[in-house]
Amino acid sequence: MPPPTRRLQVNSLARVEGEGALRIVIENGVLERAELRIYEPPRFFEAFLRGRQHSEVSDITSRICGICPVAYQTSAWLAIEDVCGVVVDERIQALRRLLYCGEWISSHALHIYLLHIPDFLGYEDAISLAKDHRAIVERGLRLKRAGNAILEQIGGRAIHPVNTRIGGFHRAPLASELIPLAEQLRGALDDALATLTLAAGFDFPDLELEHDMLAVHHADQYAIEGGEEVRSVAGAGFGAADFLSHVVEHQVPHSTALHATLDDHRYLTGPLARYTLNSAQLSPLARDAAAGAGLGPTCSNPFRSILVRAVETIYATEEALRLISEYQRPDRPSVEVPPHEGVGHGVSEAPRGLLYHRYQLNSAGLLQSATIIPPTSQNQPAIEDDLLRVARNNLHLDDESLALLCERVIRNYDPCISCSTHFLDLTIDRR
Amino acid sequence: MSSSPPTLAVWKFASCDGCQLTLLDCEDELLTLAGEVQIAHFLEASRNVLPGPYDVSLVEGSVTTPDDLTRIHYVREQSRTLITIGACATAGGIQALRNFGDIHDFTSVVYASPQYIDTLATSTPISDHVNVDFELRGCPIDKSQLLEVISAFLVGRKPDIPDTSVCTECKRRGLTCVMVADGVPCLGPVTHAGCGALCPAVGRGCYGCFGPMTGANIPAMSRQLTYLGMPDAAVGRIFSTFNVTAFTERGAGDAPTD
Repeated sequence: MPPPTRRLQVNSLARVEGEGALRIVIENGVLERAELRIYEPPRFFEAFLRGRQHSEVSDITSRICGICPVAYQTSAWLAIEDVCGVVVDERIQALRRLLYCGEWISSHALHIYLLHIPDFLGYEDAISLAKDHRAIVERGLRLKRAGNAILEQIGGRAIHPVNTRIGGFHRAPLASELIPLAEQLRGALDDALATLTLAAGFDFPDLELEHDMLAVHHADQYAIEGGEEVRSVAGAGFGAADFLSHVVEHQVPHSTALHATLDDHRYLTGPLARYTLNSAQLSPLARDAAAGAGLGPTCSNPFRSILVRAVETIYATEEALRLISEYQRPDRPSVEVPPHEGVGHGVSEAPRGLLYHRYQLNSAGLLQSATIIPPTSQNQPAIEDDLLRVARNNLHLDDESLALLCERVIRNYDPCISCSTHFLDLTIDRR
Repeated sequence: MSSSPPTLAVWKFASCDGCQLTLLDCEDELLTLAGEVQIAHFLEASRNVLPGPYDVSLVEGSVTTPDDLTRIHYVREQSRTLITIGACATAGGIQALRNFGDIHDFTSVVYASPQYIDTLATSTPISDHVNVDFELRGCPIDKSQLLEVISAFLVGRKPDIPDTSVCTECKRRGLTCVMVADGVPCLGPVTHAGCGALCPAVGRGCYGCFGPMTGANIPAMSRQLTYLGMPDAAVGRIFSTFNVTAFTERGAGDAPTD
């Protein structure tokens, strides 16, 4: 029987992106505290974005996160194009969606195979897993490579793409250049389906979320690179321009990330939220595969998020194939975005959740203020709530088992700690 | 080295994670590499941490907190060979823009209660604090160059990383010069090679994410940008991104702070 009073500390969380720690305090058999401590040093993007030209902002915001640079570029383009009153051509929009599909495939494959699967199969990492099950890890790497191939072909580089800009792209690919990519993606679709089949066989601890969920909604398709509305399970629905009227960030002492609330309550963004709100818009193949893996139309068990990521990987691969088969080269790779004074907002669905940007420009297009709300700071309160509940229900476990279980709770969310810490909201609570 | 495989450690300071992700992006080589070396400390990829010292350490990120100042010395002590990877580690990264501003202002813009935030007034490269055996440039680094550097140190030879300009790569690819042919401002003549001329290949001018090459003539480059019609403020900004400290040391104008 473990002692009634103990403190568990995991000083450096492994298999997450960035630097975080876990702290659990149990006093006289009662769980007092469960914290995800984020100590990743702040990099102050909102401060030094001030004074930058609108055309260089997305190259800078890309550097917030090496795992999801396309998300940071996309939300920036949307916000700036919103200020300047520009809507890009449909063909450019399609190319942006294709690029973003590449990021989803690459990021989801990274999380599923290199960060998450070892938890379910009982390994320290994918390298040791590969010693026993090489084919599984090779499949994950193949899938990840297919996502990166899209990013390289369309974006010019997998990490911090260079071919992208406000208004569109520097160069639009020829249709013939996409033929080998489609060939690679047809193989990737088989790999994505096999991924879901594999994950469907895992054991999932019971845990049902009680908090609200928030995701972007697009009228015609599963929202990835944008949508008209932000929706919550509890019934909220608003445009990007009203985001800060509903979502407020607070600073907490144990974290360099700010914590967010939606209309004063805790909420979650990311794959579970997207699936729960938008699963009817998935392709028939993805929906059938989801049903075959035991998923209903909604999912609120974070341990099962690996299934949802696999379903989204199937969808993103299929969607990339569709976009390539329907590809028509834009007449011009980008549209002009003349500078305009004002405020604009952009939302898109980063692999790990909703990413909001707000910018204020002056008439010369120089940035006056920036607000960026990344998914992980929105999710941190929900993650800590899961930690509390899981820890409370498992106090009988010894320290090592309890700490591992709590680490798994955190990895369920694929938290991107690197990008969670650099943000402010100028309307934050100043009490 | 003993008969057991050499050990590899990966360390993170202030950064976006992109350069250590580059190691995981070596999809075709990762399992082969894992057969050649013992991955002994790589938190992003493994819970398994072996005790040091380590044969080769890759260090990502810049020094930005009081804790970093002591941790980097620990990393140095634990590393037979220390290689810095990426613009943050080799030049302080984009977060080094704080070096040209007021850190109290920066902190209060981002956080309501700055007293909770432990940060230094500067973001500095690893080589400002400890001896570094090799610096690999790029924001992010190039995958092939990373593999070349790791392979070279594992067998004890000098890495084949040419310290030339992006122009040489552009010429080798047979690309038309965007600056000469189209008048597009391009930092290719002063930027360290390594990316493979990615930007000129899509008709875009190089924006210097690999930082300056040795002997880069920044004043001449600045005059050329002015000649092409870039306003002075824009010339200042183009050098003030991921390698701002390195470009400024070599004669780029003062970085904008606000």
